[in-house]
Amino acid sequence: MERVPILKIGDILLVSIQLDMSDQTAVQLQEALAERIVDTGCHGVIIDITALDIVDSFVGRMLSTIASISKVLDAETVVVGMRPAVAITLVELGLSLNGIRTALNVERGMELIAAAHADELDYQLDDDPDAETARP
Amino acid sequence: MGIDLGQPQAQSVRSDEDVVRVRQLVRAVAVASKLSLVDQTKLVTAASELARNTLVYGGGGSVEVTVVDNGRRKGVQIVFADSGPGIADLDLAMTDGYTSGGGLGLGLSGSRRLVDEFQIETSPETGTRITVTKWSR
Repeated sequence: MERVPILKIGDILLVSIQLDMSDQTAVQLQEALAERIVDTGCHGVIIDITALDIVDSFVGRMLSTIASISKVLDAETVVVGMRPAVAITLVELGLSLNGIRTALNVERGMELIAAAHADELDYQLDDDPDAETARP
Repeated sequence: MGIDLGQPQAQSVRSDEDVVRVRQLVRAVAVASKLSLVDQTKLVTAASELARNTLVYGGGGSVEVTVVDNGRRKGVQIVFADSGPGIADLDLAMTDGYTSGGGLGLGLSGSRRLVDEFQIETSPETGTRITVTKWSR
């Protein structure tokens, strides 16, 4: 069975799917990614599907599941590089890709993750009861 | 992959990897038949859903891809056949979101939307046979 490589770039894990994945490979990727998020403490996952010429319901569900798992593990997932024909087909198939953030390319995906993480840090600071009492 | 478009192309479906091979075969035939990029994508996606059903629900089977011509247009026809238990309630199985397995319930209903023609014959004795056709525009 082939494996999809997971690269770590700073605070982000980058997965660039370059092969026509079997269902088993997709499930393996899902599990490997969850482990890498915990091992590295990364706060963002970018899944680049530029090379995929179809996304069927199985891969669609895998993307949704990865997004949900990473959310629970304190990481934001962004799917980037979807081809126009793939987007048209997904909508007609009836797949809504629930909970998945998308961006047109890797660069914008990284910006999205950085912004989401900054928002979260702000929110945590605002919410911190110690910070509240420390104010005059 | 050298493809003789005059002949039906067959692929057995016995494993995950065979579903990948079905996608690749359908893509090659769709490209050779000059379907548009969006139509290729729709047909390959439908084929992926249906081949997975053949494997998961039909217990394996076979796929045959043929280039067809109705006098006005060319198209690609795909037959998915298995000798599994058949589909007990076809109307229910064709409903969006219904699944008897662990899927999303979009395989049958979704793939019907992606093709131009969709026929299904099913019985407990003969299994399930689905024929789909996509015509060039």
